[in-house]
Amino acid sequence: MDNKGVLVCGEIAEGKLAPITIELLGVGRKLADELGEELSALLMGSQTGGLGQEAIAYGADKVYVAEDSLLDSYNSDAYTQVAADLCSKVLPSIMLFGHTDVGCDLAPRLNGRLGGGLAMDCLALSVDSAKLLVSTRPVFGGNAHASMVSKSARPQMATIRPKTVPPAERDDSRKGEVIPVEGKIDPSALKVKVVDRIKEEVEGVKLEDAEVVVSGGRGIGSAQNFEMIRELANVLGGAVGATRPACDEGWAPMTLQIGQTGKVVSPKLYIAVALSGAIQHVAGCLGSKYIVAINKDKEATIFSVAHFGIVADYKEVLPALTAKFKELLAA
Amino acid sequence: MNIIVCVKQVLDPEIPPAKFKIDPEAKQVIPPPGVPPVISLFDERAVEAACRLKDKHGGTITVISLGPAKAAEVVKHAVAMGADEGFVLQDAAFEGLDSFGIAYVLGKAIQKIGAYDLVLCGRQSADWGNSQVGSILAEILGIPVITLAGDIEAADNKLKVKRILKDGYEVLEAPIPSLVTVSNEIGIPRLPAGVRIMLAARKQVPVWTAQDIGAEPAQLDKANAHTEVTGLSVPTRKTECEIVTGDTPGQAAENLASKLAELL
Repeated sequence: MDNKGVLVCGEIAEGKLAPITIELLGVGRKLADELGEELSALLMGSQTGGLGQEAIAYGADKVYVAEDSLLDSYNSDAYTQVAADLCSKVLPSIMLFGHTDVGCDLAPRLNGRLGGGLAMDCLALSVDSAKLLVSTRPVFGGNAHASMVSKSARPQMATIRPKTVPPAERDDSRKGEVIPVEGKIDPSALKVKVVDRIKEEVEGVKLEDAEVVVSGGRGIGSAQNFEMIRELANVLGGAVGATRPACDEGWAPMTLQIGQTGKVVSPKLYIAVALSGAIQHVAGCLGSKYIVAINKDKEATIFSVAHFGIVADYKEVLPALTAKFKELLAA
Repeated sequence: MNIIVCVKQVLDPEIPPAKFKIDPEAKQVIPPPGVPPVISLFDERAVEAACRLKDKHGGTITVISLGPAKAAEVVKHAVAMGADEGFVLQDAAFEGLDSFGIAYVLGKAIQKIGAYDLVLCGRQSADWGNSQVGSILAEILGIPVITLAGDIEAADNKLKVKRILKDGYEVLEAPIPSLVTVSNEIGIPRLPAGVRIMLAARKQVPVWTAQDIGAEPAQLDKANAHTEVTGLSVPTRKTECEIVTGDTPGQAAENLASKLAELL
């Protein structure tokens, strides 16, 4: 097999290496060292500035930099073209992506074009005795974990869920090579046009950064009652989350959905209110330090992952809980 | 507008974790007795997206499902929702295919169906969730792909698709034909009316084999699989839940708040 080395598909956010890129370089470095092979990174953007050097500081031996105004922000057709061209020249053995807006689209598409072997949403990566990449990922909504390998298809590809692997340490004395990617993007191959990109700003604390998250589920019953969730979150200086059914009902915006297909959060305190604990929801909050469940059904699955619980109708619990926290925090 | 929707029949993902059992040797899930399989959640939303486009622009919806003979049930469910025709793709050679194999079979079936304006898939299956069949299928068909759609509109021989992002969305414009994978943000699928359920129950769902769609045996050979599952396990979660009590639920709440305030 001619394929060699680990290639990280980096992401740039607001002119900097995105946190996921640094995480990918961390896990990529480990894999490359175990295989005794090189770690390289691909950066695509309109202005990549000194980011190539920065990726070297975070562990890359080589950084391929593709700079083009057509790569300014993510464009599926353009990014796929550039990445596929590079892969056909560099022939990586392993290629890593973030399980992000970019990676979720680019990785499967690139895989379709290159004929590799891809595992999505991985929680852990390792190398087995045959030097094959072993990807561990949740399946059946998080009820089980599967490990997957590609015996012969190359590259072996994986998207990695953000914040599941430790970021690489920066070392500015590291040496490496920044290599500009030659070749122009063929504009006639850009079939899908990005017309607009809208950021939906959520008031208050961002879910991913919040130390406290208060989530409501189907049991909340109405948009009006969801206000009680917001009040508790406000008092705690935390963020509001919701289950998929609660979002489907329109009680909370879709951007607040927590779970397998929504956001994954790991706050210090996660308060789960009137939600049963469907595994695909729980998958999004299992990393929390303390999980608190409030549910009137003592058999609810959420109690099996919670550290503290109250078995009662949330309507009788939340007002007192909010008031008591207010009092304690004022003291 | 002629739309083809790919749907999969899966183990009901809403089953309580206690009923979820696996066979680690076979690397398979043991379906719990008495729990009927269902249409994969995101595929049902793809059918809903197709129905909305048909409501507005007319045309036909054809549904295909790769799976056992029983998969006719999910095709009928789609017909009850508003689809016109459906086929089950069943063959011993289709069992245990990886994402490339599945995309190959779906591609062959789509070529047999003929002309289309749009192919829809769910963003991922609710069981193995490999999240790549749609994108590979688009490469095979040689058409553009948009993933994670939260809304699809058609006008002036173009598609306007809202693609869901972590912190918002983007609006994309794609030519016809294209393939779009649908996310749950598209909204709750319609409940089929009784008369349509009766109509669907009587619907003939033809079965297509490898031979019917002209699938090459080499493409279905497991030795050529791109990926394989080498292990399956149920993660153990050991949490002791301390139930906080009080004379009233309000009292319990106050006790809980005091406890948490100490820990944080």
